[in-house]
Amino acid sequence: MIEDFLKMHGKCYYSTTANPCIGGTVLDIAREGTILEKEELTTNIYEMKLYAPKIARAAHAGQFMLLMVDEKGERVPMTMVDWDSTQGWIDIVYQEVGTTTIKLTGHGVGDRLFYVAGPLGKPSRVGKFGRVVVIGGGVGVPAVYPIARTLKLQGNYVVSIIGAKTSNALVYEEKMKEVSDELIVTTDDGSRGLKGFTSDALRGLLLNGQEFNAMWSVGPTLMMKACSDVAAGKIPNSFASLNSLMVCGVGMCGACRVTVKDKILLTCVDGPEFISYDVNWKELAIRLKSYMREETVSLEMLRGADKL
Amino acid sequence: MSKVGKRIQARTRPACERVKDFNEVELVINEEEAIREAARDIKYCVAPCMNRGCPVNVEIPTMLKLVSQGKIKEAYESLITRTPVPSITGRVCQQEVQCEGSCVLDRLGEPIAIGAIEKFVGDWALENGIEVAVSSQKKGKSVAVVGSGPAGIVVASELQRAGYDVTVFEAFHEPGGVLTYGIPEFRLPKRIVRREFEKLKNIGVKLELGAVIGTTYTVDELLKNFNAVFLGVGAGRPMFLNAPGENYANIYTANEFLTRVNLMKSYKFPEYDTPLHIGRKVAVIGAGNTAMDAARSALRLGAETYIIYRRGRAEMTGRAVEVHHAEEEGVKFMFYSSPSEFLAADGINVSGIKIMKMKPGEPDRTGRPRPVPTGEIVNFDVDMVITAIGFYPNPLIPGMTPGLKTDDHGRVVVDLEGRTSISGVYAGGDIVTGESTVIEAMGWGRRVAKTINRDLSRT
Ligand SMILES: Cc1cc2nc3c(=O)[nH]c(=O)nc-3n(C[C@H](O)[C@H](O)[C@H](O)COP(=O)(O)OP(=O)(O)OC[C@H]3O[C@@H](n4cnc5c(N)ncnc54)[C@H](O)[C@@H]3O)c2cc1C
Ligand SMILES: Cc1cc2nc3c(=O)[nH]c(=O)nc-3n(C[C@H](O)[C@H](O)[C@H](O)COP(=O)(O)OP(=O)(O)OC[C@H]3O[C@@H](n4cnc5c(N)ncnc54)[C@H](O)[C@@H]3O)c2cc1C
Ligand code: SF4
Ligand code: SF4
Ligand code: FES
Repeated sequence: MIEDFLKMHGKCYYSTTANPCIGGTVLDIAREGTILEKEELTTNIYEMKLYAPKIARAAHAGQFMLLMVDEKGERVPMTMVDWDSTQGWIDIVYQEVGTTTIKLTGHGVGDRLFYVAGPLGKPSRVGKFGRVVVIGGGVGVPAVYPIARTLKLQGNYVVSIIGAKTSNALVYEEKMKEVSDELIVTTDDGSRGLKGFTSDALRGLLLNGQEFNAMWSVGPTLMMKACSDVAAGKIPNSFASLNSLMVCGVGMCGACRVTVKDKILLTCVDGPEFISYDVNWKELAIRLKSYMREETVSLEMLRGADKL
Repeated sequence: MSKVGKRIQARTRPACERVKDFNEVELVINEEEAIREAARDIKYCVAPCMNRGCPVNVEIPTMLKLVSQGKIKEAYESLITRTPVPSITGRVCQQEVQCEGSCVLDRLGEPIAIGAIEKFVGDWALENGIEVAVSSQKKGKSVAVVGSGPAGIVVASELQRAGYDVTVFEAFHEPGGVLTYGIPEFRLPKRIVRREFEKLKNIGVKLELGAVIGTTYTVDELLKNFNAVFLGVGAGRPMFLNAPGENYANIYTANEFLTRVNLMKSYKFPEYDTPLHIGRKVAVIGAGNTAMDAARSALRLGAETYIIYRRGRAEMTGRAVEVHHAEEEGVKFMFYSSPSEFLAADGINVSGIKIMKMKPGEPDRTGRPRPVPTGEIVNFDVDMVITAIGFYPNPLIPGMTPGLKTDDHGRVVVDLEGRTSISGVYAGGDIVTGESTVIEAMGWGRRVAKTINRDLSRT
């Protein structure tokens, strides 16, 4: 599918002008944002492969991209889970939670999204740390996957803890296994792996005397805060990838602001990864609640429209 | 005064009607009115309007003469040698301190309505599909323009017309910079901005949206693929008050609020998906153009709106006509008031502001009386706050481009002709000057386009 697509459309955007392709990559801007593959991983969680050569060619672990489904859509950030710079695609995994993500599911292979931009944010501060622990919760598991993979490639000993509400909601277990030296699974209801939260599993490891030089966590705000609290004083480097609400994604609107070490920083350009011990979690949780009322209205509209 | 005639008054929609929608407030004058107004121009005037007033030295007497003779197309051709987008500058320039403020008739209280005429001529050209001439001689060299705000528009237009291959890179999904995401529809209809970009496309300028320079492509990569790179990325990073409680829900920066309203069309929510909390009682902190735009937008969304400003009425920096329009529409002003803390009764949503009352003190560096605290604090109940206290130069590119020199304010350092510390890389507009005006940014654009043309012709 991808090969055919590239053969068909893989001409260089700049080939007719004096400018060669930037970085030598195939850049067919006119096709950018086309859905190449789509798969339902489990109820409500989807994986999508997008043709986005200019994003793919510059992507690093920990960065995200922005998309708009249609002209009237919201600008929504999504973590890049995987990418291939020569073939020009990126993978995202999303959970259907509101208007944009539901609309996204309404699109299929061959459809083209209105807008994609990226990569955005600073790359993850991965490096050679030695023993590291990588934690993902919910759709945070796919999001933390490229970080774990890079850490493994860099020669770290990677212990991963992944969690979900229930076994059916767990995704990317196999992929995480491939890039981890040890993998611990938790579910809130105990239907798979340990019963409890990822933070409980982390506490268990630390109580057992395991030591880590660095920790990454991606997932719900409460989970990242809980893990950070457990790790405080025990793991010297702890990074969390924040999921603030965003509008611009390029540092000009201030929607994604967070207080980090008493300074107001912007998640989209100064983050999304911050030292978890420095984040004002309470404030982040407050700001995430800003649009609950409007989101419900928008969703009801969409559902209403579905019924017609 | 009778000798010089009465200044034309552009028709303005009545305040009670216009607060209900986002349509343009000030209507464009018609041809007959434009001719009559242009005819008021004084013969043999030394034209301080052009030489001292207008930052890009529009040849105002020539333009006025042509208009008065009914030669609108020729007037347009004269205009665009200095401002490529007269329908935009005619609408947003601070005429009262620029061209019209320097008009010799100003002392009589009736300066020529240069802005209104310029807007008429620009719109006329758009409606009549007047295309600009492009040099038939291709230079065989290419230029990358980063940012599609006023500075980028001018560089792209001038260099493409001179025979270069220009590609504009813009991070957003719509081009125009502040013209698109900042200045509201009721002041600058977006169809005008879009038409200007169509014209750029027609002359061969390529536009790549969703390209975030610094991450999607680095400046270095652009340099390898283009003969020159122009940075016109603006002053977009919002300043914060750093007052306690500033991050409660429903406290917006003006940039976020205006971006939601203008770029994302939240005022049409839920037809458009981007949500916006609409307060019943809104406080806008600040009194510049941005604050006025935010206040008047909030008003149109149905809120009771207050401007809270730490200095006095005379020190407000917004365009006089906008302040006047805001007052007409019912925006209320609280002067000598400085927020010291934001409160949230439920611990989440802002519910009030602690305001420190100020008084005028000794003049500061800008010559304006410095506001000093009186010690008196009042509580002011609101359910939404918009902060509009200024912008820093956009730090994304400087942060990602080793070797690009900036000053302590984060502005890109350039020589008098717009060359940065990296050979082949030029910059202009708000990224160089800090927050300024549309026409100043365009003036930079013109200057830098000349430099690039000169430098590339040499090699
Ligand atoms: C840097 C970054 C990376 C992200 N990566 C992913 C990803 O890889 N996969 C994925 O599924 N989601 C990701 N998100 C979150 C994603 O952007 C939101 O889920 C999306 O905006 C929802 O849009 P919607 O219109 O479908 O739902 P909305 O109607 O906007 O929201 C529905 C519900 O989701 C909640 N919500 C909305 N945005 C967020 C958010 N940013 N964080 C937490 N809760 C939110 C709302 O409060 C509401 O309860 C990321 C967010 C950020 C900031
Ligand atoms: C609300 C508001 C109202 C105003 N009203 C007036 C007025 O009435 N009259 C007046 O004269 N002036 C006004 N101004 C000021 C005026 O708009 C600015 O001075 C002017 O727009 C600056 O132009 P610029 O080209 O330097 O930058 P901008 O207009 O800021 O454009 C910069 C562009 O670069 C893009 N960009 C930034 N970083 C990147 C990147 N890394 N990669 C790609 N693209 C990037 C941005 O998205 C943006 O489109 C107002 C400003 C605001 C905010
Ligand atoms: S460009 Fe602006 S300042 Fe210059 S003449 Fe036109 S309206 Fe006046
Ligand atoms: S200063 Fe006034 S009267 Fe003189 S040329 Fe300019 S517009 Fe005309
Ligand atoms: S999303 Fe606009 S500043 Fe981060």
